[in-house]
Amino acid sequence: MNFLSLFVLIPLLTLGGLFCLKSPKAIRLLCAAAGLLLLSLAIVTLCLFVQARQSGLSDTFLFRAECLWYAPWHISYSVGVDGISVLMLLLSSIIVLTGVFASWRIEPMPKEYFLWYFLLSSGVFGFFISLDLFSLFMFYEIALIPMFLLIGVWGSGNKERAAMKLTLMLMGGSALLLLGILGLYFFHGGESMNLLSMAERGMNIEAQRRFFPFVFVGFGVLGALFPFHTWSPDGHASAPTAVSMLHAGVLMKLGGYGCLRVAIFLMPQAATELSWIFLLLTGISVVYGAYSACVQTDLKYLNAYSSVSHCGLVLFALLMLNPTAMTGAVMQMLSHGLMTALFFALIGSIYGRTHTRDIGQMGGLMQAMPYLGVCYVIAGLASLGLPGLSGFVAEMNVFVGAFQESDLLRRILTIIACTSIVITAVYILRLVGRLLYGPLQNPSHSQLPDACWYERVATATLIAAIFIMGLMPHPVSDLIQESLTPIVASLGR
Amino acid sequence: MDLSQFYALREEISLVVALILLLVFDLAAGEKMRRHIPLAACLLMGLHTVVCALDFALCCGFCGFCGNGGCATLATRSAFADMYHVSPSGILFKNILNFGVWLICLQAAPFLKHREHANKVGEFYFLLFATLFGMYLMMSSGHFLLFFIGMETASIPMAVLVAFDKYDRLSAEAGAKYILSTAFASGLSLFGMSLVYGGVGSLYFSDLSQSEANPLLIGGMILLCSGLFFKISLVPYHLWTADVYEGAPTVVSTYLSVISKGAGVFALFLVLTRAFPFFIFSWKTVLYILILLSITVGNLFALRQKNMKRFLAFSSVSQAGYIVLGVFAASPNGLTALMYYVLVYILSNVAAFGVVQLVESHSGKREMSDYNGFYKTHPKLSFVMMLALFSLAGIPPFAGFFSKFFIFAATAESGAYVLLLVALLNTVISLYYYLLVIKAMFILPPAEPAADIPPFKSEAAPRLVLVICTLGIILSGLCSCLYALIHHTVGL
Repeated sequence: MNFLSLFVLIPLLTLGGLFCLKSPKAIRLLCAAAGLLLLSLAIVTLCLFVQARQSGLSDTFLFRAECLWYAPWHISYSVGVDGISVLMLLLSSIIVLTGVFASWRIEPMPKEYFLWYFLLSSGVFGFFISLDLFSLFMFYEIALIPMFLLIGVWGSGNKERAAMKLTLMLMGGSALLLLGILGLYFFHGGESMNLLSMAERGMNIEAQRRFFPFVFVGFGVLGALFPFHTWSPDGHASAPTAVSMLHAGVLMKLGGYGCLRVAIFLMPQAATELSWIFLLLTGISVVYGAYSACVQTDLKYLNAYSSVSHCGLVLFALLMLNPTAMTGAVMQMLSHGLMTALFFALIGSIYGRTHTRDIGQMGGLMQAMPYLGVCYVIAGLASLGLPGLSGFVAEMNVFVGAFQESDLLRRILTIIACTSIVITAVYILRLVGRLLYGPLQNPSHSQLPDACWYERVATATLIAAIFIMGLMPHPVSDLIQESLTPIVASLGR
Repeated sequence: MDLSQFYALREEISLVVALILLLVFDLAAGEKMRRHIPLAACLLMGLHTVVCALDFALCCGFCGFCGNGGCATLATRSAFADMYHVSPSGILFKNILNFGVWLICLQAAPFLKHREHANKVGEFYFLLFATLFGMYLMMSSGHFLLFFIGMETASIPMAVLVAFDKYDRLSAEAGAKYILSTAFASGLSLFGMSLVYGGVGSLYFSDLSQSEANPLLIGGMILLCSGLFFKISLVPYHLWTADVYEGAPTVVSTYLSVISKGAGVFALFLVLTRAFPFFIFSWKTVLYILILLSITVGNLFALRQKNMKRFLAFSSVSQAGYIVLGVFAASPNGLTALMYYVLVYILSNVAAFGVVQLVESHSGKREMSDYNGFYKTHPKLSFVMMLALFSLAGIPPFAGFFSKFFIFAATAESGAYVLLLVALLNTVISLYYYLLVIKAMFILPPAEPAADIPPFKSEAAPRLVLVICTLGIILSGLCSCLYALIHHTVGL
């Protein structure tokens, strides 16, 4: 048993604890404690990882452990982390913790809510530490299904329809993914489900061509790949605050991470050959998401479309298949995770006070709630890529990397995708102007209270992370770049 | 005649002994003791289950199965000039069925407490055991005569069970439907056997397996299997399913959907691989079409069902398609996945039907809309129902996910990726209707304030069944020992 398994065990133990507890206060405390524990575990893992690297350990994956599970199919429970997964673990634990604070006063049935919430997070953590295709897939599905009840019971608006749509579309994606995984297993000789030993064996190009689309689309559905992104606006808009945070902040990253780790890593030749099709689709995601965000009148929809655009950029950069762009992609995952979680937390707080998410009915909120307003401005600036904040370093890397590809299609697509930066600035600045400054639309809004302590904890943590990443991007990008080496090597670049 | 041959039939003999003891008890017991017949039946079935399991474990060298090959005694048994022929996997499968039947015996106890059934409790269990005996023969035959006898022994008492609520019009109608279609299917089977006999001149599986494919034999084989397709309720042999499941007492529907179906699929595997190994191309084609149809049609019809039992009936049609994927794969891995799938399916479906039965018997409600707000009044039951449905839909970390994965892996191994894709996309459709029930239970409010199911206290026996099923659903996937055991046994 290796300490990485704690990432799965802690949420599961929390589930057990929640079963026994009755009072809402105890439940909240337990959840906050579990979240803190996970965060400190993630930080410890990061430190240990960096330390091990400095002491000269050069294996790509560290802290590996493996135990055989289903021998007939060579399935094992196998864990290990590289730089990318360490960062993803850190991101997830930050968002899980802040999500607990953001849903501090969740009603009704807080116990059931947190049960599903922690089941979901155990899936997320399990996904990032798995090195075995079967357990990877299993954790992936564990992370998806609690969404149905979280949105269906605690959501708002047309929640039943949104929950059903989201669950079915994501499960449809995972059905394609399962086909891809079985194909990968059998065309790698049917001797191992372990990612690393599969990558060593390699797979013939015919089979790669056949299964790459399945795996990529399977994960891409969760990464909001056009035209399979339609679950995202409805789902995010209807979900309760913390669930939107977790979903946009972490779950959508599962898609990008999976595309990188499984699709591109195991099928490099097919990725090179077929990337143009998916580049077209992701290019559409980027621009279409940004334009759609411009015309939204609902705060959550606006942010959801902006997520489609930003997550599209992740896949777009991954498909450029060069080290700089891929580093940018991973940084974009981190940065988008943080800022979108911040956005959703703030929207949740604002909605909890004004009881409307319609932009037209609000205005001048800065007077009433300066703290929330300032946070909103920071999130907006991070989103449009202001230097000094995390969004800038990510987008910088992405576009610098993308411009290195000199063929016509990629050049044109890059230029088009670049315009999304401008569009983002348009909708963010317009929104900030109307919502926070400008005249007070509803006189009763001037009486609204500012953030209370748990909201402050949640937002402050996220803002701190955004600043850290924006001001010190080097350690992060080094960690990522070094972990990308085997993937880049398999791509032959 | 060598009496030691009977030793090979020890599972059957143990079951017959249990059956006779039950009959004697039913006859000899006075008015007071008759109340205890369900208990006696559960004990007898439990005893039979334990005896068979112990015998199996002893042969297997007591769980030493993963290490040193301590399975010298667990080999294929045959008796009476190979008329009776059972492989280790067959013996294991009998154990799985025993366990399922025991669960159903427990579940039936409160149902039989109703006054109208008071004078026929013994008969209920007698018929239940008799059908199991028929399935035993079906799964361990080496000759089509024995096979046919087994099939009939399994079907005719089944029809009586279906019509057990004889004053209920629906139940009587279901009984009539079942017996008519079962007779038709047996007729088809017999005709197929006669064609096969005409072509080869023998009904021994071993003789048939030598023969080359020719149109007469292929036609015979397809007709012959029709009887089994009917039992498994593959589309287009499924037309009886929904009506019979809806009309029959819920316990009997459970029995039909898990035990009868499981035995049918296993027998299908045996017949096709042992008697017709040379016809593999033709029967694979047939199965390919039937699986595609069953999975798709079953799912599409389930989408619109309002009645819980009809809904579970169509869900079981599509599940049958998934189970038969194991036959289609026609490999040891396929058989392993099939047996494991049936085991998990027993656990999940018994749990789902168990909740439906409890609700029906305490409140008389059968529609899906009656379940609105079920979580508010019965958190535990709705939790069990949710686990069962998740397991049926194949959601991790519940057992159904693992069984689906293995059956799909076996299909992929056989190279049928198109079929696999259709099956996978169908899991999404099936997830939709399973989620409809979950949505009703957890999300929707009751239609009217007083329309929800009033709180009730369930009896001990069905509660025990639900606990066992829940534990099974959670644990049997996460710990791999069951699958390893099946895999090992199949490999012998």
